[in-house]
This record gives sequence, structure tokens and C-alpha cells, in this order.
Amino acid sequence: MPEVAIQTRDLTKKFGDFTAVNQISFDVRRGEIFGFLGANGAGKTTAIKMLTGLLSPTSGEGSVAGHDIHSESEAIKKKIGYMSQRFSLYDDLTVKENIRFYGGVYGLSRHILRSKYDEILEKVDLKDEIDSRVGSLPLGWKQKLAFSIALLHEPKIVFLDEPTGGVDPITRRQFWEMIYKASEDGVTVFVTTHYMDEAEYCDRVSIMVDGKIEALDSPVELKRSFSAKSIEEVFIELARGAENSDG
Amino acid sequence: MNNVVEISEVSKSYEDVKALKEISFEVEKGELFGLIGPDGAGKTTLFRILTTLLVPDSGEAKVLGMDVVENYREIRPILGYMPGRFSLYQDLSVEENIRFFASVFGTTLEENYDLVKPIYQQLEPFKNRLAGALSGGMKQKLALSCALIHKPELLILDEPTTGVDAVSRKEFWEMLHLLKHQGITILASTPYMDEADQCDRVALMQNGKILKISTPDEVAQSFSSTLYGIRSKHRFQLIQVLREYQYVKSVQPFGESVHYADHRNDPDTDDILRYLSTHGVEDAEIKKIDSNIEDTFMELMQQEESHA
Ligand SMILES: Nc1ncnc2c1ncn2[C@@H]1O[C@H](COP(=O)(O)OP(=O)(O)OP(=O)(O)O)[C@@H](O)[C@H]1O
Ligand SMILES: [Mg+2]
Repeated sequence: MPEVAIQTRDLTKKFGDFTAVNQISFDVRRGEIFGFLGANGAGKTTAIKMLTGLLSPTSGEGSVAGHDIHSESEAIKKKIGYMSQRFSLYDDLTVKENIRFYGGVYGLSRHILRSKYDEILEKVDLKDEIDSRVGSLPLGWKQKLAFSIALLHEPKIVFLDEPTGGVDPITRRQFWEMIYKASEDGVTVFVTTHYMDEAEYCDRVSIMVDGKIEALDSPVELKRSFSAKSIEEVFIELARGAENSDG
Repeated sequence: MNNVVEISEVSKSYEDVKALKEISFEVEKGELFGLIGPDGAGKTTLFRILTTLLVPDSGEAKVLGMDVVENYREIRPILGYMPGRFSLYQDLSVEENIRFFASVFGTTLEENYDLVKPIYQQLEPFKNRLAGALSGGMKQKLALSCALIHKPELLILDEPTTGVDAVSRKEFWEMLHLLKHQGITILASTPYMDEADQCDRVALMQNGKILKISTPDEVAQSFSSTLYGIRSKHRFQLIQVLREYQYVKSVQPFGESVHYADHRNDPDTDDILRYLSTHGVEDAEIKKIDSNIEDTFMELMQQEESHA
């Protein structure tokens, strides 16, 4: 595993003549919690889809866990975990069935799955709900379960696209503790959020505007260089200038 | 008659879950009323009853004096409802969606353009794009425009800004204030506590019950202990160490700082700092702070959980 977990150079995605992601270049270090911020429509989800091998770039380069995003997307998919925006597992399956299903997808042995299974229920505090349909669980629990399942095959990098959107204040904080835990275990966390207090919990933060990365630094440095009291102020200053995005 | 919404002792169960347990409250004309509570608290069920989509098991709910069960036909045209899950036609364009909703209610985009302009304007550059190809937050804005286009008297918004970015959230709430000044009554749920702060009154809901109804200021001030903000470069460690402190009552991260409350009446802050530094957190700074609505909400939620 190289020191750089994710790298992009001039990564670009066009839909027709609209440029959703416009020549972005950045490195994410191994083990880092990297906050990927931006206004609605700035291009975050599109960029994540390119990095996770779901969408092919129009131009530019990128590598994830040492694999090229153009030619090695299958290898990348095996090494990463991914929670998509509004991803919510299979609502019709129970908690147990969801874990089994993803265990199968990731090709885990029965033995490993067994121990992972207990670990997850412990971690997410879902012991009493193993036979509940996931659709009937509160959103915050679903998101914590989805995160645990994204970590099932012990990926080195996880992509979390707005994992806490709509989640209540207590569960949102529990979710961030799970992120910290994963990061302590050496997992690189690439996360988007519209909660500006959560941006403060990241090691470094990038802010995208109209498909471009306009700022990238630690929260402390960002605040210093924009003479701002909070990341929210930095964000508002940058995003107000947006043209392409609807913000 | 000053109450636009009157709910008295409304209960609703699904199979074995009691979603609402004898809920009662009123919303006045022109009021901006917030409902906050975790997912599963019963907010959406309540909204579905008010929008006449669901019949309560017992109790009574009225909109502008009309019963939601008996007078649903009269109620529907005066309501604007934005459900939490998208209500848009993914295979229609942005403009086709809003024109469709306008025509359903016998109006046109032009007639009420001014009302939706602050939000809809932001989508106009993309008006020919299919709704399915919009980003998450753009879809929310279109859904709101569609709920507003027939100039309803009561606007019911189920987490309208979830997924909406910080700049647009500000603009969105500025728009709600404008609508309020035009006499539109608004009932909105939100997971963002800074938004709850902007309501005239808020109700905190959990497990199908209302824990508290009050002005945001009163809610914020009703936190039960003295609150401290503690800062350190080693935030995660600070949280872990504080949780082990013998007098700890609550520890919650709040962006840059950590909010801490203690079991003692008048804790000695030097003592806290000494404890922290002997446990490896040497750079901590502590100061007394005012509690905010999020502090109280979390406290009430935890009390309710431990009773439940
Ligand atoms: N398949 C598509 N066809 C056309 N345009 C698209 C397509 N997918 C995305 N877009 C456009 O690309 C832009 C970026 O969208 P993206 O979903 O990446 O934004 P985002 O930063 O994730 O926003 P949000 O915070 O709202 O989730 C938007 O203008 C969106 O409408
Ligand atoms: Mg997105």
C-alpha cells in the first residue's frame, strides 16, 4: 500500500457539453480523514463515481490504492468500501440477510463472515434487530450498518457520500466516532458532508466549486488563510461565487 | 379563527409500532413551526395525517378548522406538501416537473413565478435537464418549488434541506421567512439545529411523543447544567479522556470544541484542566458557554431513551 491512497491529475467528467468535474488534482494520504466539500451540483458525487470505478472519466488521470482508475477498476472495487449518497442497503432484507448478502458479494469465507457478523452487531448495537427488515430501521441505524458493511472486507479506503445527511445529532456523532475508529485502524476515509461542524473533524478538507477544487488544506489552515472563524464561513465565501452549481 | 393546524390526542399505530401516542398541539396562522426529532420519532406519520394521506386511529386533526378525515377534498388544494422522499418525475425535465405541478392545481408557472423565484431561479440554467440527472440538493430545490407553485395556505415540509448545501440552506430559510410574511403558515421538520433556531416555536419529538414545545431560546436555555466549551488540538483524545472523568455528565463534540457538563454544581475548572493534563491532554482551554438548542435536544433525547 503506497503512502498516497488516492491521487488525481486533471481528472475531468463532461456530460455532453456540460463539465461536471473540471480538471481536479489532489492527493489523499494513507490513513487520512479527507473531507470532500462543495455546493450542490459542484461535482462531488461525480468525482467519487470516477474514483470508485462506476463512471469513466472524460480525461485526466487517477489512481486509488495504487491502481489506475482507467484500466484497473475491478481491482479498485475489491480494495475499497463505498457508501453511495442515499444508499440504504436492501430495505426488504433483514439485517442478517444484508450482512450475508454483502459477505457473499465480497467473497468472505463462512468462518470470517461469522466473526464479522458478531462484530458488526456489537459495534452498531443491533443485536435485537437481526431479523428486522432494514427498511423498518431508523435512518441513523441504517447508515451505521451500511458503514459497517462497507468495511466488511477490510478495505484500505472507504468512500462515504453524505453518510450523515438527515441523521439526528446524537447518531451523527456516533457515526463520526466510527469514522475515527476506522481511521485509527489505518483506513483512509474520503467523506462528503453538508454539515460544516463535521468538516472540522477532518484532517484535511477540499472545497469544490463548479467542478473545480478551490481550496484544500487542514481546517485550521483554511480558517487562517481566509481569516474566518469557522469552515462554514470559508465555505460560504467560496460557494457564493459559484456560477455553474445551482448555489 | 387563528389556528391553522389543530391536533388533539392523535394516535396512530402500524402493526406493532405505536408511531404517534396522543399527540396534541396547535400552529397559528403565519407561524413558522419546527418539528425536530430523530428518524422514527413520528414526524412523517404526523405530516401524512395532516396532508390527508393517512387516517389517525384516534384523536382529531384539523386544518383551517376542517377535519382531515371528513374534509380531505377541501383541504388538499390549500396545502403544499414536500415529502421527505423525492416526489419528482425523474423522467421529466426540471421545467416540465414544475409546469406539471402547476397545472394539477389549476395555475401556471408564470402566475406564481415570484413566489418560487428565489429558489427556482437557481435551477433555470438547467431547466431542460431531466430531474433524474440533478444532484441531490438540486432535486430538493425543485421539489420545494413544486410544492409552492400553487401558493398554498399551509406549507408542510418534511426535512426540506437534507442534502442541501450550507449556502442554499441559508437562502432557503430566508425564503421561508418571506413566505411567512406573506401569511403562509409553515410546518417543517429538520435535522439541522441551526434551522430549528429560526422557527417561532419548535416541538421536540421522540418515540411518538412530544417531549417539549417552546420557543427556540427557551429550549436552548433549558439545558440542565452549567456547560463548558473545551478546546484542544487532540480532540479525539480529549473526548475519550473526558468520558472517563469521575464527575462527567455529558461530552459532545461540536465542531472545533467539545461541550462538557459535569455532575457538580459549581465545578472547579482548574481541576478539570489538571485532570486532562495528567491524562495526556496538556493544551486544553476551557470556558463557560451558553447552551444551544442542540445541547438541550441531545439531553432530552438521552433522558427519554433511558426511560424508554
Ligand atoms: N448523468 C448525468 N447527466 C447530466 N448531468 C449530470 C449527470 N450526472 C450528474 N450531472 C450533473 O453534474 C453536476 C454535478 O453533479 P453531482 O451529483 O456530482 O454534484 P454533487 O456535488 O454531488 O452535489 P450534491 O451536494 O447536491 O450531492 C450537476 O449539475 C448534475 O446535474
Ligand atoms: Mg452528491
